[in-house]
Amino acid sequence: MTSEGSDELDGLAGPLEGLKVVELASEHAALAGKMLGDLGADVIVVEPPGGHASRGYGPFADDVDDPERSLWWWNYNTSKRGVVLDLTTDDGAEQLRRLVADADIVLEGEVPGTLAALGVDHPDLRADHEQLIWVSVTAFGREGTRAHEPATDLTLLAGGGPAWSCGYDDHSLPPVRGGGNQAFHIGSTWAVMGALTAVLAREVTGRGQHVDVSMHAACNVTTEMGTYGYLAAQETVLRQTGRHAMPTISMPTQMRCADGRYVTTGFPPRSQRDFESLLEWIETLGYRDEFPETMLLDLAIERGGVSIAEMSTDDLARDIFGAGREALNFIAERIPAEEFFVGGQTRGLACGVVASPEEAFETEHIKARGFQVEVEHEQLGRAVRYPGAPFLMPASPWRISRRAPLVGEHTDQILDGEELSER
Amino acid sequence: MGALSHIRICDLSGQLAGAGATRYLATVGAQVIRVEDPVKQGTWDIVRGAGPFVDDRRGIEFGSGFNNHNVEKLGITLNLREERGKQLLRSLVAVSDVVTENFAAGVMARMGFSYDELRAIKPDIVYVSNSGFGAWGPHTAFKTWGPIVQAVSGLTFSSGLPGEAPAGWGYSYMDHMGADVMAVAILAGLIHRNRTGEGQWIDMSCTEAGTTLVGPDLLDYTINDRPLRREGEPHSNRSHAPLRVPHGIYPSDGDDNWVAIACRDDDDWHRMAAVIDEPWATDARNDTLAERAAVQDALDARIAEWTRTRDRFAVAESLRAAGVPASAVARPEDRIDHDLGTSEWGLWPTAHHTEMGDVRVDGIPLHFSETDWSIERGGPCLGEHTHQVLSELLGLDDDEIERLAKDGIT
Repeated sequence: MTSEGSDELDGLAGPLEGLKVVELASEHAALAGKMLGDLGADVIVVEPPGGHASRGYGPFADDVDDPERSLWWWNYNTSKRGVVLDLTTDDGAEQLRRLVADADIVLEGEVPGTLAALGVDHPDLRADHEQLIWVSVTAFGREGTRAHEPATDLTLLAGGGPAWSCGYDDHSLPPVRGGGNQAFHIGSTWAVMGALTAVLAREVTGRGQHVDVSMHAACNVTTEMGTYGYLAAQETVLRQTGRHAMPTISMPTQMRCADGRYVTTGFPPRSQRDFESLLEWIETLGYRDEFPETMLLDLAIERGGVSIAEMSTDDLARDIFGAGREALNFIAERIPAEEFFVGGQTRGLACGVVASPEEAFETEHIKARGFQVEVEHEQLGRAVRYPGAPFLMPASPWRISRRAPLVGEHTDQILDGEELSER
Repeated sequence: MGALSHIRICDLSGQLAGAGATRYLATVGAQVIRVEDPVKQGTWDIVRGAGPFVDDRRGIEFGSGFNNHNVEKLGITLNLREERGKQLLRSLVAVSDVVTENFAAGVMARMGFSYDELRAIKPDIVYVSNSGFGAWGPHTAFKTWGPIVQAVSGLTFSSGLPGEAPAGWGYSYMDHMGADVMAVAILAGLIHRNRTGEGQWIDMSCTEAGTTLVGPDLLDYTINDRPLRREGEPHSNRSHAPLRVPHGIYPSDGDDNWVAIACRDDDDWHRMAAVIDEPWATDARNDTLAERAAVQDALDARIAEWTRTRDRFAVAESLRAAGVPASAVARPEDRIDHDLGTSEWGLWPTAHHTEMGDVRVDGIPLHFSETDWSIERGGPCLGEHTHQVLSELLGLDDDEIERLAKDGIT
């Protein structure tokens, strides 16, 4: 097994050091390959001549439309090396066979049947390599009635459940697709779970296996109560602005602050300490007399808070609970969103600011934890900041070992060099 | 034998963000021993006993979410306020590969189970913690759950229509994804341990996991200095990167019925236009992507007019038959009871819960050719397997087990 990472100068190897992954470039599985690579596997992404289609996806660095400047490609292909192979030719297919001969994992997102037609599908390549793990990430799985239906991120999120739960109280507005290729992210994350499970199983059995990932199935089990509420109680949830879809309409939890940005207030105060914090906050801001229900907050403190169980039998408890929510909304409308978020949280009141991606990225917390990672792009003559690790793993750190490859950047190094073993 | 039958997890996690991770590992054979608090009857986990319910029965054994999120796990109770309870947890850690939890940051250390204390018991333990902001940093003490993580990570903002408030996610997307990423952390930790003999503390911040899921928009900001907070954005039913037109969710016949259509390229559009077969669609002026993008609002309005009087399934089917990606926006009933894509997969297995009986639950969106997952047992009742685990795994005799129960330790 090859392992470029072993000569890293900056210390510790990632947890997947020593695993070799051959990835056929795709939209679906690109994040899975990135996760494996960032965790230390040697990932070789195989593209067709001219590069994979996703290099045509914008935005582009400095807005120059160029396959070497696609930020989509850059984001999803860190820590990979790249080779170009034309799998439709005998030579290209043979090169892939040689590449896979000493690989641990093949990762692909091809339409079912495509690779079989080229003679390079799982059964073809596993025949004399029984340790091989093969992960397919497809819309509906490799077999079954729907296996060949065309699908995209939008149609998967629509047909798989998420979109039904997302949108607005106003149902004349359409359900909303969550932004950012999340059907691919869901499928890719499951693909990594499957791949690593197969690696651990192989340590015991000595055998690899096929892991079939259905993005449609994955979306279906990523909808929380939208699914288990129907399975258990035949309930149908209804979408509601910025909060959980529920069978009935709940109170709004997303508020527009004084600066026009939004916050989410979440579950209202219940404990005595919550109410004390809330009252202190109102007083500090000078709204004790202006907020019409201060008296109910005083009462809440006197009686030691309220419980959800009391709501159904105790009118006063219900009023107090409502006053807690009103108080949060009252404050939110009067101060900027960030101030609300920090002001609430430092008082122990759970709430969040609805941050745009760039705002989420520039927080002191994120910086302190090293989430902003610099990646060198010699093409731009500078380093660029990328999102970093989803978890901190000190003995075997997550790491972006290199920027995404140029088209065919490592073709010679990998195919003509000594890396490729004859098997 | 499951893929992970050789792995044991001492699981203090709950809700969905933690329980979902160990749920998956249990379905592929890991022995997951979930530890709950007898004093509070396990209600630290807010879905224990919470609806929806399968029938009229209520109480801590009847929450369908808890059942769904904890299939195939063993459940024991330990009072960790008491030294004897802590000692039993130490005994369990000593024979476990992994310890998992998703308490607020610092809780484990306050109970006497910091990583240093855990590894003193089991030197190669893989300890995985999952909290809203991670175990250290300026916001560590902040309280979160799914919707807050989604808000602060950039995901809520990224989902919506122009001129409207953020739509966000209508459920705890980051509890699911947090659980899935946590499962990746556990598996990666085990692979590293098996290769090197070394355990470690893996500290997951769910907010950071969320921000990894908005990558291209972030690079547009860090490289091009272009924020997503700008006029006309987000417009997440459309596709700007790659640019695709038409691309949206359109109204269809009936109340709150919708159909999603995505033309990937000019060919898709020409096929769609042929299905519509009206002059406004087949008009040569809409031939190229640039032309369609220039009139996208008007084109969307025309498409909506066409879809509005038609059945959403019929529209989607006619387009798919022509090779164009399309799907009805599926209600739960559509995709659970009337979808070959889920039924042929076996996606809704029936699990047997000791009190609730047989209940359908989420399956696993993977199939393994040699060591596939299996779901038969529902979530554990409170302390359902305490006797079994203390006896068979920790070797206590019946008298000792009875005394622990009587003394309020289990």
